[in-house]
Amino acid sequence: MSETDFHPAVIEMAAASIGALRDTTLTEVEDVNWWVQPGEFWVVAGQQYSGKSDLLMHAAGLMTPARGSCRVFGCETKNFGEAQIAERLRVGFVFAGGKLFSQLTVAENVALPLRYQKNLAPADAARPVADLLEWLELAPFADITPSNLAANWRQRAALARALILQPELLLLDNPLGGLDGRHRQWLLKFLEQLWTGHEFFGGRPLTLVVTTDDLRAWQHPRRKFAVLEEKTFSVLGAWDGVKSAASPAVKELLAEPVGTTI
Amino acid sequence: MRGDLAKVFELANTQVFRRAPLPKSYTDFIGRKLFLAILTAQGLGAFALITLAVILKKSGVAQSVMQPRVRHEISRAGVALMPMFLFIALALGFLVVGQTVSALAKVGATDYLGSTMVIVIVRELGPLLTAVLVLARVGTANVIELGTARALGEVEALEALGIDPVHYLIVPRVIGMALGIFALTIYLILGALGSGYLFAFLQDVALTPGDYFRQIAEALNWLDFALLALKTLAFGFFIAVVTCYHGLAQPLRLEEVSRVAVRAVTQGVIACVLVDAVFIVLYLAI
Repeated sequence: MSETDFHPAVIEMAAASIGALRDTTLTEVEDVNWWVQPGEFWVVAGQQYSGKSDLLMHAAGLMTPARGSCRVFGCETKNFGEAQIAERLRVGFVFAGGKLFSQLTVAENVALPLRYQKNLAPADAARPVADLLEWLELAPFADITPSNLAANWRQRAALARALILQPELLLLDNPLGGLDGRHRQWLLKFLEQLWTGHEFFGGRPLTLVVTTDDLRAWQHPRRKFAVLEEKTFSVLGAWDGVKSAASPAVKELLAEPVGTTI
Repeated sequence: MRGDLAKVFELANTQVFRRAPLPKSYTDFIGRKLFLAILTAQGLGAFALITLAVILKKSGVAQSVMQPRVRHEISRAGVALMPMFLFIALALGFLVVGQTVSALAKVGATDYLGSTMVIVIVRELGPLLTAVLVLARVGTANVIELGTARALGEVEALEALGIDPVHYLIVPRVIGMALGIFALTIYLILGALGSGYLFAFLQDVALTPGDYFRQIAEALNWLDFALLALKTLAFGFFIAVVTCYHGLAQPLRLEEVSRVAVRAVTQGVIACVLVDAVFIVLYLAI
């Protein structure tokens, strides 16, 4: 009996081929074998166009692998349909750049999944939405449309939208991308709170997976790391594994960006 | 449902034919165009069936979200266009009805007035003109809105939130456009017939309002009402399906949106003419 039988994995990928969203005939990453256990915090690193976003889309069940299998909460994503909506809603997804609905205000964006899934009138959804916006310091921007919002706050609004249904697994695609120093620090602290358990979720810790092109910001002894390099997914383990990795790609992802030091 | 939609999109995005080099001969050119037309028709047919299935299957889902969206679309494809249609009705009355009434009166053929008006305005010009105008005003907006939403990744965001994009984005537009075109057609017909008599009256045509409207009423039968309703609903359905299909299925990059909007409007006009032809056959057959 394997270890996974004792601790059912949140994400299970076995020999999965990760295709590209923009061109389904392309394979971004081959033969991914990856298990994410409940309560873990994974950081998947890779350069641009290495397939990080597509890997995350597969992990959310938004895409299905061309070969191999991908299970989310024990449910094969190839079979995801209306009947598996409950499993789908256990996963929260924050897209790079937010991808908020441009026609709706921030509050409407955050309320939409709650209102749609629970068939709530705007007044019934107002309280939880206001609480969440308050928690994420978004209350002053509640009635603003995304196009009038700075990128830092758009990303935060997207995070609020992903959290409103209280998911158990939160996937964040390059969440630090484009954020200034203050918002980066806020987000890192906020994700730490989610991971360890926050009262908004009744103290229940969330399982987190983030992608990044800069490993340094995610340094933490209890986080797990993986890297995408030349169509290959490699698990590095804890931060010690990252530091000792000989791969040129990992060294690049750990390097100080050009122009930040004199 | 998501799998079905993906297949339709994959079919529609078959770029082999669009990317292929210039044809060597006219037969190649015609063959390629024909094949593309068949692929498009297949994609549109599948998309229409998926939309119908979602309308039927999810009629009770998330009503608190969907009902305001449907009302908004009815307003956009109906109520908001009423001022423009008032102008069109007056113009139509002056250009077509007034002149027809005047010409028939001059040759003493006012007995044919009712049947002429019913054929020209009620059966043909009213529904077709309404459909084309709504296609131009609202259909184009559909393609641009949906194309932009798709290019910006909003469709994937909906799926990530467990919201069916066809249900949330397409169904309100289909219902709104079908009901909007139906209501606007009635409005246009009444306006054109009324203003037509007004212009004829100003030209001293010897015809009382009572005679004019009695003739029209006598020329109308139950078939006109039934087929008018079906035809306008069909116009709305197909225009919405064509424009939403191109908006949602095709563009993945912002720069493609305008090109796809032109293609969608062209195919929308073709769809309207084909629907109209089917109803002419029905009129003649029944």
